[in-house]
Amino acid sequence: MGSNMAEAHPVGFQWVMEAKARGARVIHVDPRFTRTSAHADQHVTLRVGTDIAFLGGVINYILSNELDFREYVRAYTNAPFLLSERYRDTEDLDGLFSGYDPHTASYDPSSWAYESVRAEERSGCREKEQTDPFRHGAAGPAVEGTAAEIASDPELRHPRCVYQVLKRHYARYTPEMVERICGVPREQFLDVCRAWTANSGRERTAALVYSVGWTQHSVGAQYIRAGAIVQLLLGNIGRPGGGIYALRGHASIQGSTDIPTLFNLLPGYLPMPDTTHEDLAGYVEAIGPRHTKGYWRNADAYTVSLLKEYFGDAATAENDYCFDYLPRINGDHGTYRTVMDMVEGKVSGYFVLGQNPAVGSAHGKLQRLGMANLDWVVVRDLTMIESATFWKDAPEIETGEIATERCRTEVFFFPAASHVEKSGTFTQTQRMLQWRDQAVEPPGDCRSELWFFYHLGRRLKERLAGSADERDRPVLDLAWDYRMEGDEPDGADVLRHINGIDLRTGRTVNGYSDLKADGSTACGCWIYSGVYADEVNQSRRRKSRFEQGPYEAEWGWTWPLNRRVLYNRASADPEGRPWSERKALVWWDEEKGEWTGHDIPDFELTKPPHYRPPEGAEGPEGLGGDDAFIMMTDGKAWLFAPSGLADGPLPTHYEPHESPVRNLLYGQQGSPVRKVYGRPDNPSNPAPPEAHHEVFPYVFTASRLTEHHTAGGMSRQLPYLAELQPELTVEVSPELAALRGLVHLDWAHVVTSRAAVDARVMVTDRLAPLRIDGRTVHQVWMPYHWGHTGLVSGDVVNDLIGVVADPNVLIQESKVLTCDIRPGRRPRGPALLEYLQGYRDRAGITPRTGTRIMTAGDDDPGPPHMEPGQDPDQDPAPPEGSP
Amino acid sequence: MTRENSFYGPLDDPAADAGHTDHPPRVGFFTDTSVCIGCKACEVACKEWNLVPEDGLDLTGMSYDNTGMLGASSWRHVAFVEQQLPLGRQETGLPDLPTGPSVTGVQQEVVAEGMRHAERGGAQLGTGPVDVGFPSFELPGATTGAEGRTDFRWLMSSDVCKHCTHAGCLDVCPTGALFRTEFSTVVVQQDICNGCGYCVSGCPYGVIDRRPDDGRAWKCTLCYDRLRGGLEPACAKACPTDSIQFGVLDELRERADRRLEQLHGLGVGEARLYGRDPDDGVGGDGAFFLLLDEPEVYGLPPDPVVPTRDLPEMWKYAGVAASALLTAAVAVFVGGGRR
Amino acid sequence: MGVRRWLDAWPVYRQLTGTDPLGRGRAARSARSAGLVPRTDEADRVADSVCPFCAVGCAQRVYVKDGRVTQIEGNPDSPVSRGRLCPKGSASKQLVTGPQRELKVRYRPPYGTEWQDLDLDTAMDMVVDRVLDAREKGWQETDRDGRRLRRTMGIASLGGATLDNEENYLIKKLFTALGALQVENQARI
Repeated sequence: MGSNMAEAHPVGFQWVMEAKARGARVIHVDPRFTRTSAHADQHVTLRVGTDIAFLGGVINYILSNELDFREYVRAYTNAPFLLSERYRDTEDLDGLFSGYDPHTASYDPSSWAYESVRAEERSGCREKEQTDPFRHGAAGPAVEGTAAEIASDPELRHPRCVYQVLKRHYARYTPEMVERICGVPREQFLDVCRAWTANSGRERTAALVYSVGWTQHSVGAQYIRAGAIVQLLLGNIGRPGGGIYALRGHASIQGSTDIPTLFNLLPGYLPMPDTTHEDLAGYVEAIGPRHTKGYWRNADAYTVSLLKEYFGDAATAENDYCFDYLPRINGDHGTYRTVMDMVEGKVSGYFVLGQNPAVGSAHGKLQRLGMANLDWVVVRDLTMIESATFWKDAPEIETGEIATERCRTEVFFFPAASHVEKSGTFTQTQRMLQWRDQAVEPPGDCRSELWFFYHLGRRLKERLAGSADERDRPVLDLAWDYRMEGDEPDGADVLRHINGIDLRTGRTVNGYSDLKADGSTACGCWIYSGVYADEVNQSRRRKSRFEQGPYEAEWGWTWPLNRRVLYNRASADPEGRPWSERKALVWWDEEKGEWTGHDIPDFELTKPPHYRPPEGAEGPEGLGGDDAFIMMTDGKAWLFAPSGLADGPLPTHYEPHESPVRNLLYGQQGSPVRKVYGRPDNPSNPAPPEAHHEVFPYVFTASRLTEHHTAGGMSRQLPYLAELQPELTVEVSPELAALRGLVHLDWAHVVTSRAAVDARVMVTDRLAPLRIDGRTVHQVWMPYHWGHTGLVSGDVVNDLIGVVADPNVLIQESKVLTCDIRPGRRPRGPALLEYLQGYRDRAGITPRTGTRIMTAGDDDPGPPHMEPGQDPDQDPAPPEGSP
Repeated sequence: MTRENSFYGPLDDPAADAGHTDHPPRVGFFTDTSVCIGCKACEVACKEWNLVPEDGLDLTGMSYDNTGMLGASSWRHVAFVEQQLPLGRQETGLPDLPTGPSVTGVQQEVVAEGMRHAERGGAQLGTGPVDVGFPSFELPGATTGAEGRTDFRWLMSSDVCKHCTHAGCLDVCPTGALFRTEFSTVVVQQDICNGCGYCVSGCPYGVIDRRPDDGRAWKCTLCYDRLRGGLEPACAKACPTDSIQFGVLDELRERADRRLEQLHGLGVGEARLYGRDPDDGVGGDGAFFLLLDEPEVYGLPPDPVVPTRDLPEMWKYAGVAASALLTAAVAVFVGGGRR
Repeated sequence: MGVRRWLDAWPVYRQLTGTDPLGRGRAARSARSAGLVPRTDEADRVADSVCPFCAVGCAQRVYVKDGRVTQIEGNPDSPVSRGRLCPKGSASKQLVTGPQRELKVRYRPPYGTEWQDLDLDTAMDMVVDRVLDAREKGWQETDRDGRRLRRTMGIASLGGATLDNEENYLIKKLFTALGALQVENQARI
């Protein structure tokens, strides 16, 4: 679901084809019939943006027919735990959870907590939980006191136990409701339910695959939660052939979250400190508080080791290991927020590193206008991309919104070294680090990022040498002495420091359990600890698959500690025996007194299944022998998330920000806490209950083609790829073609309140209209790889998309919006701006549109959630004085 | 040394027939289109290895096929076929959807009909304004009707030179540029080809073609250089789902027979092998296919025949005629001498 | 050249005297064909690499001769990819050797209408200047409540999903020390 694996991950898809050849049933749930659907046993066409309704239906099917893997659910999930009496469900509040504040459009999640038998210990933690979830790293704000006893009902009958709450929450997600919301005929839906449940349980497992078709939504995190709930109920997590596969789209996008270039994270999913973290102790306590179970409790060791790697000898116990050197976040500093700040002139300089936001980010125009309003931008890429040439050939040149002679941005283009011209690791989609050896020297001025940033840092340190300014101390104290090979830093030495070093011996540590909070170890990323165990670059291992076992443990290195299946303790029953011989992965060997199996156990090796922690034990010691989910503060997988999410403890169907239909389940139309940015340069198409949504009657979605790569910088320039998909097309069903007078291969243009883009029409049965609650809804699809440079060019599809984001992770809702489509080419030049204004006028669009996000019940819906300083009734227009 | 079946009919060992003593077994491709995901890795891997130039940046409108046909600069070609037909036991989720209809079924018939009448089996499609005699080609979406959506399937297939047992291109080549290798494959030698173009019309599949810029004929070599180094051809190596399988032809034929049986057992009754039969018009293909529909649907000729089928007979007639001419000429000389 | 070798080089001789009287096989084989070997056999070295496109992580072998990449193809030993590559992975050689690569630093001054040349060293120094300037312009020591921020909002960065872990590590480390926190990548997109 939400993945077009055959097209976006063709080589990975060989395993699906192989599974199919061995008898697996392949089901593809996707708005379009794609090359993946062509090989599925069953394809289900659903309306874009309704996956939670679909999955909620599956959950309801499982629970109402009692088809869950009961022993697994009881042992390894939080199904038996009781919730606080203060919790109110969306069933009670017309689509809202308890704790909603319409004035801030946010939740106070304190009422979503477990009922602790030591309720009195919970007082005082409320304020902390109100902070934004993106400030808490991967662990989320901890549920305190979880090492202590939580009230529970092992029989799962108590009305406040998670199991019963779940059942009630999804009771109305019936096959009939799924049909009305998703457009999936109920028999088809039931076929999927039957197949999914029949292929799960003790003897069988089912795997779930998703990609950005799930993440790029205003409720993206909840999509994945919904998938996780189904997989947990069916016992498909931590077991062979099960799991949830997040197929990521870039060579090291997994690595770039593990070792983040993200504003809210430090390496290893440690949160970036915020203004509430006064010192190291306060920071550590916020991540892994006292009285909690699991490995986050050791956050002090991870953090101190990171600070020792960052600041070397300057980091001492006396100065809190230079914790004060770290800059503090205090809100949303994500890429879209930053781009809006650029438009407003608040940002001076921008590094664009192997990325092409002018084409690849949502709302391309906003991106380009932002870049045209900087002091300087540094672009590093293999080829000349649109993000480097916006000052002379952006579409806004034609409309007059950017004038070259009046654009002040100074642009530096640095040619980058390619993947064969440098050595280093990529982390692929299953968390495996694979080392690349350098094949050749980079040509000309081409350099690696490693070279660029190392020398940038070196020059900065030289420039600031002798400075007495306290502000410069972090740069001056920065440990920046990696082994060099000529003038290139040795990537292997950087990786060695990422792995971690015991400072007393100077040798690498063998894993994160070796890390200390006393300053005796330095480690750049605790979850990567072990990648350089025994002073060997484990990621460079290339033992042939022909010469090793089925889990190929000696090819590359997978975090954590080379474990291939996360939480694989759950592949054995609470007593440590495999659930079935057929599905054995790891198990307890009583004779040896340790866990063993095909994979490396994701569990303390010698902790027996019957181990029960002593009173007061915390952290890893607090985990019982059957607490399979060792990173969770209660050792259990969360069906219900008592904390950590901004938009509710349970996935709930909300309509997308832009939708042609009313939410059939609740008065609350869209996510009540989605991030909207009401401003003239970011208009929204109206959605019910707002008027005039019929001006943009069709559902729009965009994605990739096999033959191209993302924003096209690595494919549009290559003749062998460009010739395979030479032009931007828009795919429509024959029905919509007839309706709008679109002719195969002729031009048409797609319009939103942001932009209009041209494309050649592809009429195809692969897109089909849907019946949504008695009316027909048409869907339109475009690939998004084109821009105006390269061998093949086309309009930027991302220009159509506005900025609305998931409140948990601040990812934009670019997979679903509404649009119009018309035959012929779009107007050009200034006429285009008039044309779009005409659409906005007809739809009555102002910056306020889409920002009054509470629609549940009859209570005061609160104010529109506008950007600060915006006049809600002002017409959207290009910002005044844009260069 | 010429054998009875040197030009037509089953021939067990084409390499031996071409004078290769002590040669490796015959190799080829079995392309199982039922697992082709249409990724076109074969097209790119082929071009990267063989340094084949780009072949035009044209949108053809034929589903995701923008290569159009095999040619001098496209030695692999992935065809995409959208059909209103069910595939095996697949549930497409498209029937029952509210409004109909679509015209891909109509389009399919029209295209297939056109192909039957086309000089080169429709392989010209999409590469330019070629009149392939479509009686009434209607664009997708040009018509609608009242009936609902029925069924749908999307077929993909990677086409390639067939390396025929009896290769028309080779048999008509006057310069010896085309030759049969020790692997029984058919290769153009660019150091010999003079660009006469006889081979182009000699190919019953419309595979081989000349490059406009240098005039010489080019086609798949089954990576002759790689074979000599013990490597498999680039396309087969890259193919993510093993749709393109390379190997000893006899083994591939057995594998194909088993796969066909398996698919038939799974209810995919429409599966069939194409080019596997040594009794066909080209003596069987070195590169053969498992298809899920009639060959025409994929742009393949239904019953290809090597144009040199009647060559031995023709040689016989030509020989008689030549003898007669020679006799006559000698008679003239003799007679003249007497004059 | 001996007479025999000279004769052997003549296809008609081979055809008339050899096993290939029709001249369609052995007799027709040219000298070039007879000497063909895969160019990978002539590589000076082979580097183990990984495809730079999507996140499947297909193993590649990079063949190098005379300091140039002559071929990139899959590594059959890989348990991830089993030697296979998609069209993008198969186009890797074109990606790294094609004429689309920019090889020189390019510079566009404010209000400039064309690119200019700039040497790498000068460009690096100019970036150092600008980083310090932007850091200063956007510096925030505390928030309105006097709580420590110690950061600059003057510098932003986007990218990392196609970069190596080691590179991302240095990027985050350096920016953090500079107080720059608007550091983002494709994972947010």
